[in-house]
Amino acid sequence: MDVEILSRIQFAFTIAFHYIYPPLSIGIAIILVIMEGMYLKTKDKFFENMTKFWVKVFALTFAIGVATGIVMEFEFGTNWATYSRFVGDVFGSALAAEGIFAFFLESGFLAVLVFGWDKVGPKMHFFSTIMVSLGSMFSAVWIVVANSWQQTPAGFHVVGEGINARAEITDFWAMVFNPSSVDRLLHVLSGCWLAGAFLIISVSAYYLLRDRHIRFAKASIKIALVVVMIASLFQLFTGHRSAVGVHENQPAKLAAMEAVFDDQTNAPLYLFGWVDEDNQKVNFGVAIPGMLSYLIGFDSNTKVTGLNSFKKEDRPPVNIVFQAYHLMVAIGFALIGISLLGIFFWWRGTLFKQRWMLWIFVFSVLLPQIANQIGWITAEVGRQPWIVYGLLRTSEGLSKAVEAGQVLFSLILFMLIYLGLFILFIYLLNEKIKHGPEDVDSIPSEIGHPKA
Amino acid sequence: MEFTFDLNTIWFFLIGILLVGYAILDGFDLGVGALHLFVKDDLDRRIMLNSIGPVWDGNEVWLVTGGGALFAAFPHVYATVFSGFYTALMMLLFMLIFRAVAIEFRSKRPMKWWRQMWDVAFSIASIFIAFLAGVSVANLITGVPIGPDKEFIGTFWSLINPYTILVGITTVALFMMHGSIYGVMKTEGELQKKLRSWVNNTIKFFIISYLITTLATLIYYPHMIQHFKEFPALFVLAVLNMLAIANIPREISKGRDFLAFLSSCASIAALLSLFAFGIFPNFVLASNNPEYSLNIYNAASSQKTLNIMLIIALSGIPFVLAYTISIYWIFRGKVKLNNMSY
Repeated sequence: MDVEILSRIQFAFTIAFHYIYPPLSIGIAIILVIMEGMYLKTKDKFFENMTKFWVKVFALTFAIGVATGIVMEFEFGTNWATYSRFVGDVFGSALAAEGIFAFFLESGFLAVLVFGWDKVGPKMHFFSTIMVSLGSMFSAVWIVVANSWQQTPAGFHVVGEGINARAEITDFWAMVFNPSSVDRLLHVLSGCWLAGAFLIISVSAYYLLRDRHIRFAKASIKIALVVVMIASLFQLFTGHRSAVGVHENQPAKLAAMEAVFDDQTNAPLYLFGWVDEDNQKVNFGVAIPGMLSYLIGFDSNTKVTGLNSFKKEDRPPVNIVFQAYHLMVAIGFALIGISLLGIFFWWRGTLFKQRWMLWIFVFSVLLPQIANQIGWITAEVGRQPWIVYGLLRTSEGLSKAVEAGQVLFSLILFMLIYLGLFILFIYLLNEKIKHGPEDVDSIPSEIGHPKA
Repeated sequence: MEFTFDLNTIWFFLIGILLVGYAILDGFDLGVGALHLFVKDDLDRRIMLNSIGPVWDGNEVWLVTGGGALFAAFPHVYATVFSGFYTALMMLLFMLIFRAVAIEFRSKRPMKWWRQMWDVAFSIASIFIAFLAGVSVANLITGVPIGPDKEFIGTFWSLINPYTILVGITTVALFMMHGSIYGVMKTEGELQKKLRSWVNNTIKFFIISYLITTLATLIYYPHMIQHFKEFPALFVLAVLNMLAIANIPREISKGRDFLAFLSSCASIAALLSLFAFGIFPNFVLASNNPEYSLNIYNAASSQKTLNIMLIIALSGIPFVLAYTISIYWIFRGKVKLNNMSY
């Protein structure tokens, strides 16, 4: 294997592993804000203890997010030095802004959130929780801005030629608000809220099935259910907006997502299928005629550009993008279904009696995780063969000073260390869940007993 | 040397400030880590760990932000150094991972072997992070082979020589001294007594290795004092550095631990300033041909970017300082363990 493929595998592996954790942190943080807000409003100790338990889970995911996140900051320089020279002005600015505006905020107030319960008053503590939540989302803002610039570059001009070519900022705000950043940011954020909220739903449903921490689990599920209902429906909207954006700005990616080979109006929308890239057809496919054209233009006469309109060397791999995209969409609808069903049973007052529903809740934690991963695979593999869309090829972005052996060595170590980290994470999370919240149920409370 | 106070110069010093911030703040985390295994009792080890518990990851952000700022302001330095020092940096990353998870995981289980395992990981990782940081800095003093296309053309082993190892050891010594003083400030009773006696040993360790490093620098890398000859006023820094170091044992013996800590911070800042003035205006000296060196002009972003970044930095830094100071204020005083502690 050569440096290019090894570096791509290493980057994909390290970012995919890292991306298990920040979405959990972002999603749990927003629920911590809600729970602690309820504590301040009701003065019911029950909510404080509830918040404390989830803070411990949050701290665990946050720690691994930090440990694996610093790798990402370095990896552009170590493995993609030519890319770094090319985009430093633009991409580097977004990363630096992330450090100054997001990481300091997040990590500073995290200290108060986790260790400051008896050091500050309840209001100051609540303020810190909000700041951690905001910080975690600001971090998403700048990372998605940086990545979106790779997808839909704007606000720059290219100076110099050959190895000296560099993208320089001409308009900072045009760079930040490039054509895809807002839609993609909202899509990413609601994916994060789903990841965090479904973890809370899953653990709580497990408690209910085991008949433990009943009041705690019921209240946690209700709060998280409201979040997932809003987030999953919002995801439909942001997903649609993102797809329309891909149609406008990255037509080759959209063509790969839906396996459109020839330019066509009335393009079909596949529900599933298996793409035969050599013969340019979709096997076992079930499609709704004209639906793709209709969805991107609200008119079935909208023309979709096919892959054959691009030079062979400018086309992304088709089947992997197609499969990742379709599975993501399917999961998205499944999550809407689970949320609405949950809300429906809650409204009927029978939610906690449906054991099969609780079992679905237990396993539902995996769905947003998978959707987040394959959503990014759609976005990143669909961008290929470009590292910056239309400007710089992935193969041109490598580090010239790095040899295959070095990358192989680091890749193997990353795999071993991350495997270990993952096992430890699951082990410690499981211990934490087995231990459960501290005596929440035994604390007397006059107010706010949930009825169901 | 021509000295113009332009954006490139400002950014050279801003990145310097970020790294000074990192060295001062994460420096004591690393120092506490380096001393961790010398503390034997589990309760004492928990106190050591919790003395840095709430702040260490905020301290690490100085490094992350420094990296991001380097990427944005001097992309060629970021690209050349990070790809050129590939294997060394990967080891640094692995050590940063180990330290982070060791702190987080240690207290999660009560088993003796479990805690001992993470204690060792925490301590070894801290020592290696300090050492590798020192080796990296030393390579900017010695210079590294760079091609006309700004690419590093050496190997991993060309980064390792007696001088860079010496600077690595000096860095470990510096942070051990810094960490032991921080420890004295945050602990009480027997543990504090023990740490107080260590301060003197770590100062000796540091002063000896620092003297050897200084001699070696003067003999083998005289270009580092070029600017000091041209601007004798800069010698004030060197004097301040020595006064700050000499002041530490004085304050410790009088029990003024916080002042000792401030002296230690000042000596780190002065040391890194000496280094920065020594290499200026180069970031990375090309040992094979000085013309290929990466300096604050040929390695920089556009003026527009430097300008935008300056606005970002100036609007962000007041907030960063405000809440950093608040958080240290909230967690002031001796470590008290509770049920949320590590």
